[in-house]
Amino acid sequence: MISSIVRTSVIGLRRDRASLALSFLLPIAFFSIFAVIFGGRHNSTPKIAVIVVDEDRSSASQQLVHALQREGSLDVQARPAARKGIQQPEYTAVTAEAAVKTSEAQVALIIPHGFGQNPITLGSAQSGPSIELLNDSSDMIAPQMVAGLLQKAAITGMPLALAEQGSLYTGKYIGGFTPEQQKRMDENMARLRDLENESAANGQTPANQPTAANASGGGFVAVHPRAVVGENKDMVSFYAAAIGVMFLLFTASGAAGSILDEADSGTLDRVLSSRVTMTTLLGGKVVFNTLLAFTQLVVMFLWAWAVFHLDFRNHVAGFVVMGVCTAFAVATFGILLASICHTRAQLGAVSTLFILVMSAVGGSMFPRFLMPIAMQKAGLFTINAWAIDGFTKVFWRDLPVSALWPQVAMLLGIGTTLFLIARRIARRWEFA
Amino acid sequence: MASALASPASTLPLKVDDLVKSFGMVKAVSGVSIELRPGECLGLLGPNGAGKSTVIRGIVGRVIPDAGRISIFGSAAGSAEARAALGWVPQDLAVYPRLTCKENLRSFGRYHGLSGSKLDESAAWCLDWAALEDRASELAKNLSWGMRRRLNMAAGIIHRPRIVLMDEPTVGVDPQSRIRIFEMIEALRAAGTSIVYTTHYMEEAERLCDRIAIIDHGSVIALGTNEELVRGAFASRSQVTARFAGTSPEIAAWVERRGGYIVDASAQFTIANSTEIAGLLQDAAQCGLELADVSLRRPNLESVFLHLTGRELRD
Repeated sequence: MISSIVRTSVIGLRRDRASLALSFLLPIAFFSIFAVIFGGRHNSTPKIAVIVVDEDRSSASQQLVHALQREGSLDVQARPAARKGIQQPEYTAVTAEAAVKTSEAQVALIIPHGFGQNPITLGSAQSGPSIELLNDSSDMIAPQMVAGLLQKAAITGMPLALAEQGSLYTGKYIGGFTPEQQKRMDENMARLRDLENESAANGQTPANQPTAANASGGGFVAVHPRAVVGENKDMVSFYAAAIGVMFLLFTASGAAGSILDEADSGTLDRVLSSRVTMTTLLGGKVVFNTLLAFTQLVVMFLWAWAVFHLDFRNHVAGFVVMGVCTAFAVATFGILLASICHTRAQLGAVSTLFILVMSAVGGSMFPRFLMPIAMQKAGLFTINAWAIDGFTKVFWRDLPVSALWPQVAMLLGIGTTLFLIARRIARRWEFA
Repeated sequence: MASALASPASTLPLKVDDLVKSFGMVKAVSGVSIELRPGECLGLLGPNGAGKSTVIRGIVGRVIPDAGRISIFGSAAGSAEARAALGWVPQDLAVYPRLTCKENLRSFGRYHGLSGSKLDESAAWCLDWAALEDRASELAKNLSWGMRRRLNMAAGIIHRPRIVLMDEPTVGVDPQSRIRIFEMIEALRAAGTSIVYTTHYMEEAERLCDRIAIIDHGSVIALGTNEELVRGAFASRSQVTARFAGTSPEIAAWVERRGGYIVDASAQFTIANSTEIAGLLQDAAQCGLELADVSLRRPNLESVFLHLTGRELRD
C-alpha cells in the first residue's frame, strides 16, 4: 500500500516540471551562486580600488606610494582613467572624496603636506600630520585592509624614514647616542640614502628591502579614517532597498498572475471581446502592478523611517524617482513571467526560481561589492542590482537626483523591453 | 461602411459565410454558413467537439477564420462596430469572483465604453433583468451557482447589444433558475434582441429558438424550425417506445432485428403509420417477449438530433 502511494507521488512529481525545478534546479543554482561568492575562486577576488593623493611629494611620501603600488591586492590610482584618449589630471583631496562618494573607488588616501618631515609615529608620540583614509562606511572590509597594508607599506617602503625617525626618538627618549654610536648611525644612514638614490635612479626596489610577505604590520604611520559616505548612517537604507526589491519582484509576479486566472476562468476572453485590446489590458496590468510595487516600497521605507530612523524626509525626490522606475521594471518582469507561464502553479515555481537567483546575483542577499568581479558583472543583468545601486546613491551617498540617470535609464529600458517581449508572447491569448 | 450597411446582407444581424477553421491538423469548422434574422433566436446544437464553440468564438472575433467571412450588421467580426453590437455570454463563469455583482457589471460596462449615468442606468437595468438587485453588493464568489450564471449573462449584455451569443447559459442550474433564465431570454427577445443560443438541452431549444442549426463534424447538417427539422428527418413517421418486463439478450436481438434501438432500457422504433404498432406487438408476443409498457409519439428535436448525429460517444 505504501509503495502504491510512493509510486503515485513519484509519477506526479515527474510530471510536475515546476516542482521538479524547485526541488532540484533551484538548490543547484543557489549552491553554485554562493559557491562562487564564498568558494575557493580566490583569483577572482577583486582588488581594492584605492585613490592615493600625494600632497606632500616628499621622498618618504613617494616611497610610501610606490610601496602601495607594489601591493598585489590594491589597485592604486593616482588619476582617473583617460577619457577619449586624454589623460586626466591627478586626483586632489576634493576629487578623491567625490570619487569615493560616487563609488569610483572604495578608499582614498590623502598624504598631507608635511608628512615627509615626520612620517613615522611611535605610540602616542604623534607630532606630524596624519594620512587621511576616506571610505564608504557600508564597506567594512576595504578600509581595514587598506589601513593594514598602509602600515606594511610604511615599514617595507620607507626604511630610511623609519631609521631616521627611530634615531630621533632614541635621542628624544633615551638621551641620544654616544659619539661613536652616532658616527656609525650616520654612516649607515648615508649608505641607506645612497642605496635608495641608486634604486630610484634605476627605477628598482632596494635589494635589501623586505618583501610584502615577511613584513609585519604596526602603527608606524598615523592614519585618520573618515567615512565620507554613510557617515552617521546605519545599513538600514541598504537593506530596505535590497530586501524591498526582492519582495517587490515576488509581489509583482504574484499580481501579474491574475491574467492567468482570468485566462483560466474565461474572463480574459470576455474582456478581449469588448473594446479592450491586449495592449491596453497588459498596459493596465503594468500600471496597476507598478502602483502596487511603489506603494509597497513607500510602506517599507516609511517603516524604516519610523522604526529605524532612516532619513526619508530629506530623500523624497530621489526615492520617488527610484521607486517609480524600480516598480515599473518589476511590474513588467511579473507580466513577462505571467505571459510565459500557462498556469498559476507554473508561475509560482518559475518566479521563485528566477527571483531568488536574481536576488542572490543582484545583491539583495549579499552586497555586490564583496562578490568576485565576474559575479558583480553578472549582477548587472538583474533588476535588483540597478535598483539597489540607485537607492544606495539616494540614501547612502546623498547624491542628487541627476546622478541617478544610469539607474533610471537602465530600469526604464529593462521595463520597456520586458513589456514588449511580454506583449509579443501574449499574442497566444489574443486570437486562435 | 455606409455602402455595407445599405446592402441587403448587411441588414442581417449576423451572417456567417462558408466559415473554415483548422487547429493544426484538426479541421474544427469546414464551411459553416448561417444567418441570424432580426429579432430571431437561432439555436446552435451539436455534439461535443462538433465545432459550435469555434463558430461562436469566430463571431466574437476571438478566432480568426482560415476562410469565409463573418459579418455583424455588415461589419467584420472583431471590428469595433461588431464588438459594440455583440454581447457574449460564455459558457464559463467569466466574472471577477472578488468583485460584487454591481462592480462586475460596472467593470464590464467600462470595458465596452460606458461611463457616467449611462453606466449606472445600464448596471441597474441588468441587475433588475437578472433578478440580482438584492445581491448587488454581494461578492460574485459568494453567490449561488444559479445567481452566478445570471450575473454571467448580465455581464454579457451590460452594453445593451443588438445581438447576444449565449453559450450554454443554463449548465448546472436548478429548475427554478432555469425558468428565470428562460424569462430573461424571452424579455431580451421581446425587446428585439437577436440571439444565438447553444445548448445540449433539446427542450430549451424547442422552447426558445425560432430556428435551429445542427452542427456536426464542423458542418451544418440541418437548419430550420423545429417542425421543419422533424419533418425533414422523419416525414410523417412516429416513434414507438416499448418497455419490457425484465432484460435479456433475446430482447436486444429482437429490437435490433425489428430496426429499433434501446435507450434507457426502452426500445425505440420508428414507424411510418400508426397501424404498424399492432404488427410490432404481435411479433413481440410470438417471440415470447413480455411488454410492460408501450407508447406512441411524434418524434421531437432529440429524435432528430440523435437521428442525424448518431449515438456514438464523442468525448
